Formats: sequence, structure tokens, C-alpha cells
Amino acid sequence: MVNIKINDIPLQVKEGTTILDAAAQANMPVPSLCYLKGLNEIGACRVCSVEVRGVDRLVTACNNVVAEGMEIFTNSPRVRQARRVNAQLILSQHDCHCPTCTRSGNCNLQKLANELGLFKLDYANHAPKFNWPYDFPLIREAGKCIKCMRCIQICDKVQDLHVWDLSKTGSRTTVGVSYNRMIERAGCSLCGQCITHCPTGALRSRDDTERLLSHDGAFADKEKVTIVQVAPAVRAAWGEALGLERELATPERLVSALKAIGFDYVFDTDFGADLTIMEEGSEFLERLRDPSQGPLPLFTSCCPGWVRFLKSQYPELTPHLSTAKSPHQMQGAMTKTYIAEKLGLDPDKIVNISIMPCVAKKHEAAIPNINDAGHGRDVDIVLTTREIVRMIRGDHLDVANLPETPFDDPFGVATGAGVIFGATGGVMEAALRTCYYLVTGKDPYPDAFYMVRGLEGWKEANIDMAGTTVRVAVVSGLGNARRLIEAMKRGEVQYDFVEVMACPGGCAGGGGQPIHDGQELAKVRGDNLYFLDRTSAIRFSHENPKVQELYKEYLGKPLSHRAHELLHTDHQGWKMP
Amino acid sequence: MSRLRIHTKSTAQTTVEQLYKELERRITASPPGLCPVDMASAFLTLCHAQSCGKCVPCRVGLGTLSDLLEDVLDGHASMETISLIERTAQVIADTADCAIGFTAAQMVLTGIRGFRDDYEEHILRGRCLGNLQQPVPCVALCPAGVDIPGYIALVAEGRYADAVRLIRKDNPFPTACALVCEHPCEARCRRNMVDNAVNIRGMKLAAVDNAGDVPVPERAESTGKRVAIIGGGPSGLSAAYYLQLMGHQTTVYEMHKHLGGMLYYGIPSYRLPRERLDADINAILSTGVEVELNTTIGNGEGQVSISELREKYDAVYISIGAHTDKKVGLPGEDARGVLSAVELLGSLADGHPIDLSGKEVAVIGGGNVAMDATRSAIRLGAKKVSVVYRRRQADMTALEEEILSAVAEGAEILELHAPKGIETNEAGEVTALIAEPKIISLVGRDGRPAPAKSEEADVRIPCQVVIVAIGQGIETEALEGVVPIKRGVIAAENWSAIEDAPGVFAGGDCVTGPATAIRAIAAGKVAAANIDQYLGFDHIISTDVEIPAPRMHNSPPCGRINVKERSAAERKGDWQCVELPLTDQEIAQESGRCLRCDHFGYGIFKGGRETKW
Repeated sequence: MVNIKINDIPLQVKEGTTILDAAAQANMPVPSLCYLKGLNEIGACRVCSVEVRGVDRLVTACNNVVAEGMEIFTNSPRVRQARRVNAQLILSQHDCHCPTCTRSGNCNLQKLANELGLFKLDYANHAPKFNWPYDFPLIREAGKCIKCMRCIQICDKVQDLHVWDLSKTGSRTTVGVSYNRMIERAGCSLCGQCITHCPTGALRSRDDTERLLSHDGAFADKEKVTIVQVAPAVRAAWGEALGLERELATPERLVSALKAIGFDYVFDTDFGADLTIMEEGSEFLERLRDPSQGPLPLFTSCCPGWVRFLKSQYPELTPHLSTAKSPHQMQGAMTKTYIAEKLGLDPDKIVNISIMPCVAKKHEAAIPNINDAGHGRDVDIVLTTREIVRMIRGDHLDVANLPETPFDDPFGVATGAGVIFGATGGVMEAALRTCYYLVTGKDPYPDAFYMVRGLEGWKEANIDMAGTTVRVAVVSGLGNARRLIEAMKRGEVQYDFVEVMACPGGCAGGGGQPIHDGQELAKVRGDNLYFLDRTSAIRFSHENPKVQELYKEYLGKPLSHRAHELLHTDHQGWKMP
Repeated sequence: MSRLRIHTKSTAQTTVEQLYKELERRITASPPGLCPVDMASAFLTLCHAQSCGKCVPCRVGLGTLSDLLEDVLDGHASMETISLIERTAQVIADTADCAIGFTAAQMVLTGIRGFRDDYEEHILRGRCLGNLQQPVPCVALCPAGVDIPGYIALVAEGRYADAVRLIRKDNPFPTACALVCEHPCEARCRRNMVDNAVNIRGMKLAAVDNAGDVPVPERAESTGKRVAIIGGGPSGLSAAYYLQLMGHQTTVYEMHKHLGGMLYYGIPSYRLPRERLDADINAILSTGVEVELNTTIGNGEGQVSISELREKYDAVYISIGAHTDKKVGLPGEDARGVLSAVELLGSLADGHPIDLSGKEVAVIGGGNVAMDATRSAIRLGAKKVSVVYRRRQADMTALEEEILSAVAEGAEILELHAPKGIETNEAGEVTALIAEPKIISLVGRDGRPAPAKSEEADVRIPCQVVIVAIGQGIETEALEGVVPIKRGVIAAENWSAIEDAPGVFAGGDCVTGPATAIRAIAAGKVAAANIDQYLGFDHIISTDVEIPAPRMHNSPPCGRINVKERSAAERKGDWQCVELPLTDQEIAQESGRCLRCDHFGYGIFKGGRETKW
């Protein structure tokens, strides 16, 4: 412990504590903008500058640690002046059209400017302009970038993809796509982690709500039937930005909200997840039995960020990807075929919408050869959790007081195995539950495969299935994916089945989820999903009665000809630019 | 009103003159990788501010050029803009009345020709080719990439042995470099912006002076691969050191009876005492290097041929240095009493010093080797030593401190005299050097003022010994047919490999021509990494030395501490090291001057440190 004084108040803090943390402990927190613990401790914005007795110049609180006897002043006239000037300098290059910004109300810069009372600026505004392909799912608004460098750091240190870098020099230094590339050609996985770690509205995902809400949008067209599906991880996060307690933010209340907005049918992507398990699990067992069916390890394919990563970084490993489509694509294909038939709908009138915790899904739904139902795109519109939250807000729904409504039949019935798709390890666990059954004919204890749970970036387990040891691994975060692949290539590790999620913590921490600056919520949301699994009536995908019905009535059996036609895809059928 | 007045400077004038000096130092400290167009634009703004405003091209034109350059930088220009800039600048260069205008325009023209690609990239793609490749200036400029802020921080904490360990990660010659490195690292030291470059070499000297015996790191498991290294100089021994650490077995073939190459045979002991060099060599050998001394390469009897080595070893590294003398081509050059610097210094190293007692000596050349020869000649008893150089003293390529030391020890610098002939007596002995006086004249293409013929008559410089120190070449005979030779040096790739000769690598002076020790060491490091890869491995060289986090402290402007030398009168009579160790007080102050660019500024963001290679 070291003894320090903050604003003349004595305090004991642990050795190695940053001034920023010490000030927070003293209940006199110092504001900061660029700082992100463990990831971006570079003191770029200088907003957290404080005065230390005996040190001539001001020092940044975020990346300097306390020392015995240190006397820190966080609100001296000199510090106040520095904070106000530096904040104004940032604002002088910031596009301050806050009302029309996606991050209005959830922006640290806006908050800081307001707290500091910067209502009259001393400097002229020179927000930069920059060209960007606005049809790309990831959008950078150069005028809003404060060059905090967090996007560079997360893409370098966590995702190991190095899409962002500084470009130009001197006064024109800015953040840009690395190596002077165009974003479409930069191998971006579209994981969206740069978006969720951006302190302002400089990075955002493409907004597709207009396709529903505008005067010529789907809702305005009386002939259209809007069918929306909700991904597992969305239910664990949607209430956060609406101020709902977790207990109130149930999936059923979300269904009510969606119905109130005007969606005709609300389905649960968990159903698609159960279906994915049937197909992917069977595919795995087939490859395990017969190597000519495809190489091992089998890589899961439900995360489009990971698929984009693999295809750009290790295209030679594409055959390892499961050919099974992701849950929402399976469900999209089923909706425009089986459901249309069952509900007597014209598939050409159906507008399929997916609500996903993900940016990359916007790209996935647009891959030409993923559409197999024969009626345009299998999934027409992909919205992120953030977009659906905005729509709820836009309609001024008092969600807390909405009743709970169940998902619509038949794709409203799902299992606990489908729910945990939204957390890292969930796909693997769900698959193992069903594979175990398919191999041994007996259900395992539902929590038997708990060892693949948890936020650790790289987990592994050996599973005994009727005498065969199945070596599985689970990674989340693309940096971990790269480490695993490199270790595999060097022969240091061997696996049969590998689950990869591009976002740390899986979809719960997805790039399309609500943003809370400085907080990582993948754990809390994941726990929520495991709670839903634990309390589910059915916990095995193969026991989903509606899935069984679908196979009986329409698909035959997993990996049947029709299943292949509609539920599988050729990952070689498109190229990463 | 008085008729005349004495001018006194106003406070404003005094202040602005101080700012000029600061700007000058700031430009010195410009990091590599800045956008040249942006810099050109900034220079132009400065030039424009200097305009007296009388003439149109300068008063208006420079501003117009400035606007056009800003258009380029802001992405508002077209290819026509380049042409407009060129036309405008040409007219300003042609018509401005004084140098303020025409030199400014010429700078723009030089730039547009020198970095046209950058202009075009800005215009065509709105992008800049400039980027900060390696933001720590000293590390970027050290050919071997030594972690300079790291070891200075260790020196500041008195962790000298750790400093040596850290240096050895990139350079196994910490002691030799502490004494003789030309310290390119200091050139752009950011401390120049405050006062003056940190004495980086001095800090290394503090480390090796106080570290004691520092054992080398443990070797990786033996790979069973064998590498032959031809030439035991800094490059060869550096390669050997790292290859040994990687687990390969190296054998160094050395033609002399002592290892060290030019560090031993070219640098006199008063600059690099033998025992200090041996400290580095012994540490390198302690990794298990095998050594074959007195072995030359060739196809003759008792020689080892390269093809034989290629058969016996898994890889071969050629690092034979540049040890042959260049001739000046003067009449009488083969007279008795004419010798080369290589001969003079080599004989010294081998323990057969040439006695120059009472002799008058003329040294031809202006580089560091010429200074070494000069100062050695003084120590060998010469009555008078004159350095004869065809340009001015200021144009000499030798380090300024070397020249000053030579002068302090009694050498006479005869600048602007081009040697023309050597006068001999009947016995064929040298009696004088005939030199032609020169005047310094127009600046040549290399940017240096060239000497031109003077109207003065030739000068006779009486002397009995002439030492030729105008550069060295490489001994290519044994290499012909094995490796490609271009312009007198081995043509190797920048990763040391030789085209069409798998497994053969080359580096150091024999590839670059005579250069510095640190460049040779860097070549050895590069070769070791690529030989390792060629042999199918991916060994990592790193260190577990932890570098102290920078502390908050004030760093007001403070003079640079230079390494002191023994008095000229005392040192010129012996061969002991001329430099004195730094005191603890000096070490503490000077190490505290380091601005820790590995942390502050860009360093903490990225690129502050390469911890392994």
C-alpha cells in the first residue's frame, strides 16, 4: 500500500494503482476519453491530465501510477483549464451534429462537453470529411473520430486482424484502413468490436431500419408479411439500453414489443439453432466416421465474422468449415419454404428479418449463393440489437409495462441447447449433447459438458463417446482463433471439432449489441443465457418437437438431399475481396 | 539625432534568434517517415515569412505555391496541379531578385522531382505514403536496432549487467561499440528539441565499464546443423554468436592470427584497448564457437575452398571485410617509405610496430582511418605528422571529435592540398610529398563543395613516410566464380542471401564496402536470422531483462555530458585508452536526460520496443 493525497485528502491505495483508479477510489474520479483498461492506455486525449506536486508538467492519470507521498490535484485551476482546452480542441475537429448521431445520449465526448459546460467554443470547427462506401456494413464517420486509437488497438491486440491504422502524418494524421486499403478489401471480419469500443459515433453499423420504416418500406406495403426472428444473444441484451431490469427484459416481453412495432410473426432463432445442431452434429459424426466426407477438425460455421476471417486469412482451411448454414440462414430458408407452405403464405410476399447481435450477419445474408429457397434472399433484412432498440424507442413503447407474449408457432419452440448458442462454448456444448445421444443412443446429463463454458479465450476438452475420444476446442476472439490455427499448423495441437466465435465471449459480446463505454458485458449476458438453458423444459436440440416435426414433414432426416439443398452452403461459392 | 548609432538587439530579436536555434535543433530531430509533401509545405511557409516583400515572385508566388501544396495535401488537387506547381516554382526560381525567393522555389522543385510519387499518391488516391515506421528515433537509426531507451533506463537504475544483456540481444559487441561506435543513433535524438542529443555511446560505455563479467544467455538445444563463417570480424562473430545461441554449431575461419577483423587490425588500441575488445570476443566464444585462425580461403595449398565448405557445412556466411588498400595512383607510390594505413595499423595490431621515431610523416586522406593512422604515427614517435587533404577540414568525413583529438595531439591538418606526386632519392626512399593547392569551389552533385585548381604553385611537403588512407577494397580473388561481384563488392540481397547459391550468405564490409562496425554487426544479425530460417528453424532471440517503467520527473534543459579524454600531452605518448570513464554523478545526470521515447509519445501506442527477433 502507498500513502497518497488526492486534493489534500489522504488515501491509501495499492501499489501500482493508476492515478485514474486512485482518484475513483477517492470518489473524485477524473474524466477520460481514450482510455480503455488493458487495451488503450496511451494517454492520447490528455483529458485526464492532473497535477502532481513537484512535477512541472501535467501528467495523465490513466497511465501513470501512484508513488508513496504523491500529492495529486484533480481539480486545480490549471487542471480545469487543461481539461476544458483539450476537450475543446477535440470538439474543434468533431462533427457536433449530436441529434443525428447514432451515439447521441451514449457518447462520452457529448457527456464530457456537457459536464464541462462547453456551450460556447473558443475555436473554429474543422471536422474532416472523408469518402466511405455507405453500403458496407461497417461505417466510419471520419468527422466524428477523435483519434482515441481504440479501434486500432482492439483490432490489433484482440482480433489480430490489423484492419485499422494511423494514416497520413503530422497535422493530417488520422485513423484509416491500414496499408492505405479500401475497407472492402481489407479482410475486415465485420466482427464490429471496433464499433462497440468506439467512444463516439465514428464507427457504426449500417442502419437498415429504413427498409422497414420508410414510406416505401416493408411495413407500409400491405401485401408484405413481415416475419422476424430473434437471435439467442439478443434476448440477453436488448433491455440494457431501454433501462429495463434483467428480470423484466424477458424474451417474451421483446416479442410483445416486436408485435407492437408491427411484425406479423415473431420466431425464435433458437429453433434454427436446434436445427443447426442436428445438421452440424450429424455432419461432424459423419466426418469422424468417414474421413472422405471432409477434413477434421470440423470448424463451426455459424459465426459469419469467423467465416470471413478464415476465408481471408487461411483460405486453404475453408474445407474445414461445416457446410451447415448459420441458424438464422437455416430459419430464413425454412420460412420461405416450409413455413410459407404450412401457413399458406406466398413466399414472395414474405419479408424475412433477423435481429442479430452481429454486424457480419448483414454481410452473410447478402452472400449470393446462400439463398436456396428460390424467393429472393432467404433473409431479407438483418438488424442489430442496437437497431431494434432504436425502433422500440422510436415507437415510444413503454416496454416495462408490456405483457409477455410467447413466440409464434412453429418456430417459437426451442430448447436450452439453442439458447446457449449466444455464449462462447454454447454451440459446442449443444452439439456435444446431441452428438452424444446420436452415438450412444442415450441422453447425457445436460450439464455434462460444462468444461467448454466460461470466458477463457481458448478452452479444450476430451470427450469420451462410447469409447471414442473426441478432442474439442472452443475459442472466442479472432486473435485466439489465429493462435489456435497457428498451433494446429505447427502440429502442437490436434482437435476433431472446434467452435470459433469472432467476438470475445461469443455473440453475447457481439459487435451488434448495445454499447456501454468501458464495460464488457459478455459475461453477464452469457450467464443470463445459461440461466435460460437451466430453466428450459427441453435441453437437447434433438428433443425439440417442432424440429422433429420439421424433419418428419419436410426434410426427412439430417443431411438428407433436401436438407443439403436448403440448410447447407458452399463456402467456396464466394470470395473475400 | 545622431549621425550614426550602435545597433543593439531588441528583446524580440534576441528571442527570435533563440527560436531559430531551437528550430534548427528541431529539424535535426525530425523522425524518419514524415510526409515529404507536408514538410515541403511547412518549409515553404517559413521561407515565405522570410520574404522582404519587394518582389512579386517571392511575395506572392511563394504563398501561391503554399496554397497549391495544401491543395495536394487536402486532396483537392489534380495532376495538372503538379504541373502548375512546377511552372510557378520555375518562374520564381528564374525571376526572384534574391536568394530568399529563388532558393525557396528551388526547394519545391527539388522536392517535386525527388518525391513525385508522394505528390501523386496524395492527388490520385488521397493517401500519404509517409508513415512513422519506427517511432523511436535512436532505435530506428541504429543499424542493429539496439534497445537504446531500454538500456539507458537500466543504466539510470545502476543495473549495468542487465543493460549489457539487453544490448547483447541485438549486438554482441557492447564494449567495442561503447568505445568506437559512430553512434548514428544520436543524430535524431529527440532530446535535440530540448537541448542536445543524449550521449548514447557514453551511456553504453557506462554500462560496460560497470557491468563486470556478464555471462551469455543459455543456448537453445543443439540442432545438429553446422555453419561455416569466413572472416572473424564484427559481422562474422555476430552471426556466429546468434547462430550458436540458436543451437547451431559454427566454425569461424580467420586469416589473421587474431579475431576481431578491423576492430582489432584497423582500430588502434588507444581507442579500443585490446583487452576491452577481447572481453566481447571471449563472451562470443563462450557460446561454443569453433575457430580456425591463420586460415585463408582459396584453392591453393593449405587453403580452404568455399566449395569444400559448402559441402562440409549446412550453410556458409562470407564476412571477409575490406582489407586491401586502395592506391592513390601517384607517381612514386611504390617508393620505400610509402605504406598504407591498413599496413601501419595491422603491423601495430600484430605486435610489430613500425618505428617512425624522428620521422616526418604525411598522411593522405580525411576519413576516420586517416585519423587513426595519424594518431598512431604520433605514438610511433614521428617528429611531425601532416594530414594532407584536398578539401577543407570541415569537409573531412572523419568524426569531428577524431579530428580535434588528432590536432590536440599535435597533428597538422594541411587542408586544400591534393597529393600530386611522391619525391624520392636515388635509394628509392621517400623525401617529400608534392601537393597541389586547391580552392574550395562549386558544390557537386553529392552536395559537397568540390576542390578546384588553385593558381598557387605546388607545395613540397618534406617527409620520409607517406601513409595512404583513402579507403579499402575487398579481396575478391578467392570468391570469383563462387559469388557474384559487382563494383568491387559481393552482390548479396538485403537479407544476406546470394542469388543462385542456396545456403551461401554474405554481409558486412565485403558487401557494403568499408563501413562502420555497427553496420557489420547488424549484417551478422540479419544473416543469423536468415540462416536459421534457411536451415528450417524459427529460433527467437530475446531477453528476460525487464525495463524500468519511466518515472514522472522534470527534465529541464541541461547540457550534454561528453566523455572526457586524458590530456593530449599525456595520452600521445602511450597506447592506453584515451577516454576516461564517466563518474557516477555524470552517469546519473546524463542517463536522466533520456526522454524515453519508447514510452512517451508514439512509443506507448505502438512500436516502442521490439522485444525479440
